Amino acid sequence: MEESSGIQLTSAKGIGRRRRGGDQILKGLVASAAIAVVILLLALGAELIIHSSLSLITFGPSFLIGTTWDPVHQIFGALPFLFGTILTSILALLIGLPIGLGVAIFLAEKAKGRRMFGYTLGTLVELLAAVPSVIYGLWGLFFLSPILRTYVETPLHNYLGILPIFASAPFGLDFFTAGVILAIMIIPTVSAVSRDILNAVPNSQREAMYSLGGTHWEVIRKAVLPYARSGIFGATILGLGRAVGETMAVTMVIGNTPRITASLFSGGYTLAAVIANEFTEASYPLYTAALVEIGLILFGLALTINLLARLLIWRMTRNTRFRV
Amino acid sequence: MGTPSLAGKGFRRRNLLDKVMTGLIYLAVVLAVIPLILIVGDVVAQGGAEMSLTFLTHLPTPVGVSGGGIGNAIEGSAILVGLATLIAVPIGVGAGVYFSEWPESKLSFVSSFMNDVLAEFPSITLGIFVYIIVVLATRTFSAVSGGIALAIIMVPIVARTTEESLKIVPTSLREASLALGIPRWKTVLRIVISTGRSGLVTGILLAIARATGETAPLLLTAFGSNYYFGGNLWSPIAALPLLIYTYGISPFQDWHSAAWGAALVLVGFMLLLNLSLKLLIGRKFAGVRAEI
Repeated sequence: MEESSGIQLTSAKGIGRRRRGGDQILKGLVASAAIAVVILLLALGAELIIHSSLSLITFGPSFLIGTTWDPVHQIFGALPFLFGTILTSILALLIGLPIGLGVAIFLAEKAKGRRMFGYTLGTLVELLAAVPSVIYGLWGLFFLSPILRTYVETPLHNYLGILPIFASAPFGLDFFTAGVILAIMIIPTVSAVSRDILNAVPNSQREAMYSLGGTHWEVIRKAVLPYARSGIFGATILGLGRAVGETMAVTMVIGNTPRITASLFSGGYTLAAVIANEFTEASYPLYTAALVEIGLILFGLALTINLLARLLIWRMTRNTRFRV
Repeated sequence: MGTPSLAGKGFRRRNLLDKVMTGLIYLAVVLAVIPLILIVGDVVAQGGAEMSLTFLTHLPTPVGVSGGGIGNAIEGSAILVGLATLIAVPIGVGAGVYFSEWPESKLSFVSSFMNDVLAEFPSITLGIFVYIIVVLATRTFSAVSGGIALAIIMVPIVARTTEESLKIVPTSLREASLALGIPRWKTVLRIVISTGRSGLVTGILLAIARATGETAPLLLTAFGSNYYFGGNLWSPIAALPLLIYTYGISPFQDWHSAAWGAALVLVGFMLLLNLSLKLLIGRKFAGVRAEI
């Protein structure tokens, strides 16, 4: 009896140890992968700061407001790029947000009874997100830019040329074309996230408005959208983040001239585009450091935008099964 | 209209507004789908003219010499994405398992949040990062640096889809396994992961699709090359998206044509992969799309 119970005990202990050992190993392995993700992001920020230090020290805060970018005379100011990034992103939102939101409303509110139809259209819009950005660039360069110049920019310039935003002669490769390309690229983001947000709005909201005799639009406008407001704002900011960080498509259609002007039909430049174009050609340390600092500004901009968007979307969807 | 009370002016106006807004919503859907049709149509029309076995297997020729191809770029993309997959899958799957199986830990919260942030990051800044830690350190543009850059893009996608697909494995399955005395690590590996494996594979394929189309970080890492891969992972290497970019912005007509041909190969690969995944999994992973 005693012996057998003794054996029992040791073997149970053995199993326990083995079990704990295996658990520890697995947990250790997967936890180190999780730690790797944390280290990656921290190292990313740290390396950008370290390698832009030369430029940070040389120019200080004036880097952000400097309007001259002249590698030959070693004068570097980031304002034209910051301006280009913000202007094209805002243009993208102005065009892309109403369309993306319209698609989301269609998918969440209108296509409910017709699943196949809604599903097909939803898939098509999502496929827009699968097209690589360099393809948007190629298409923008050879197809969209000439079309916009001839059929949109030229008439606007001819009839409304007195407005400063349409003042300069249409060029095709300019802020406007970059904004339109970005708008197309952020539509899937805005529509997919907004759709999930709208799906998270409780049906009681809709039923209450219907029972008051509201039309379908009134239900959407007065009961659904106000409830989803902060989440849709989050989706918008997320779209803005995409637009800010987008590189290839913009680089190919914006004309790549550092310029601050009110005219949408003038060539410009963005933060991401100048890195893509000049980084491998930077011939002395200060030049490289200035470009890394541009990367740091982009990092800061993207981080802020992302944190804000995550917070807004999380507040809206934390109680539902949707995760965006 | 004979109905009393409801037939007032207000009712007609409200109905009209409803119709107008419905129309605008449909218009938005049409406007969103048109670019896809135009892009795919244009790529197929322009790129289709280039398609031939020679084009897919030969090296690029100098401007003016006919018969060039994009064989080296296809090979380079395959090598880069292969390297990236080797690096990203263990890290991404590991992190995803951790997020899903130990969700209550502080590390899980922090890391999962950073993973979300990383997923949305401008890829060009990742390019600078890899340039600094790999290219500067080794003093050469290389296939390895390109693979690492693409891996950083893949990790958040793999981690997120792994987490999502393991989370939908029912808790009762885990409990049943643990109740039978099967240790936790075996439960995770044999029960949880094998139940959720189709989701895992989907996530990895989505990440591969995303990495294949990525251009910006490769400008600063893989750099591009006019030759086939010579066996040296520490030398510059060609890639399809890089070729499309450099040929697209060049002033030469034959290079433009080659860019369109390469675009057809890339878009065809991406759309086929995405569509088949979409048809296979339906709406299960609607929140985790290729572009994440």
